[in-house]
Amino acid sequence: MTALQMLLTVLALALGIQLTRWLPFWLFRKEPPAVVSYLGGVLPCATMGLLVVYCLKGVEFLAPPHGVPELMAIAVVAALHRWKGNVLLSIAGGTALYMALVQAVFA
Amino acid sequence: MNRSALRAAFPATVPVMTGYFCLGFAYGLLMVSQGFSPIWPVLMSLVVFGGSIQFLAVTLLGSAFAPIPAFFLSLMVNARHIFYGLSMLEKYRATGGMQYALIPLLTDETFSVVSSTEPPEGVFHRAYWLWVSLLNYSYWVGATAVGALFGNFLRFDTTGMDFALTALFVVLFLEQWKVKENRFSGVTGIGCAALAVAVFGAENMVIPAMVMILAVLLGGRKRK
Repeated sequence: MTALQMLLTVLALALGIQLTRWLPFWLFRKEPPAVVSYLGGVLPCATMGLLVVYCLKGVEFLAPPHGVPELMAIAVVAALHRWKGNVLLSIAGGTALYMALVQAVFA
Repeated sequence: MNRSALRAAFPATVPVMTGYFCLGFAYGLLMVSQGFSPIWPVLMSLVVFGGSIQFLAVTLLGSAFAPIPAFFLSLMVNARHIFYGLSMLEKYRATGGMQYALIPLLTDETFSVVSSTEPPEGVFHRAYWLWVSLLNYSYWVGATAVGALFGNFLRFDTTGMDFALTALFVVLFLEQWKVKENRFSGVTGIGCAALAVAVFGAENMVIPAMVMILAVLLGGRKRK
């Protein structure tokens, strides 16, 4: 590809992703219908669940290490969060454990 | 855009900074190692600003010119953003002109922070949201530039550090879970997404998961 063609490809990619971000705002210009307001209220929690699964979608549970590093780290995140309720501590603790597990224990 | 909003937004974005640093850095390094000039990964992060599509596009940028398939690939891979727009529809619209800065920066991570955290008293939501969005954007672009320019000099093993983003989503899921009315939605999200991975495979899970989530949530509404 020439530099101009690469630039056009970058713009095409940007157009695609921006359309997904703008679409709901274009579709519901005026007061949104009640069903859309309802979805706006319930979708965040479902979407967070979707994102957790999305992050884990590549994990091979049937082959060693059977997702053990991911599940252990998530358990630690949840336990820390229940105990202290500090977002940064929960994330730092789980991430540090995960790094230790994948770099040293299950390497 | 006052300082108290920045002070409130920064701690909320630290997990995103950690995750974006790893992924953005890896992206910059990967592009340069594929023979691209550092300008390209930085331009991609500035203009496209979407992790998964940027990684997918590494091979795309090295092959024959095909902008229309690139557009549709980007549309499909990022379809989940539609949920973020639906969720923030009324809140972002109420910010007036600021929505034109907030909407284009609405990534997975920015959405997770703005939808699950509240600014402290005395800080306007819109200023808080804008700082969260701008901080996250700057982390992504900055990390890409560092990876592209200095990636080859790094001697620290960051393997697994990108788990910070998974942990962020887990924590924000738990924050939402605290509200009892959210639990049906939370179970729906995890259940439908897991089912979509099992049936359609990891690479094609997003759109079936979205369709199933919408179907269950809309069905659950009628039942009330």
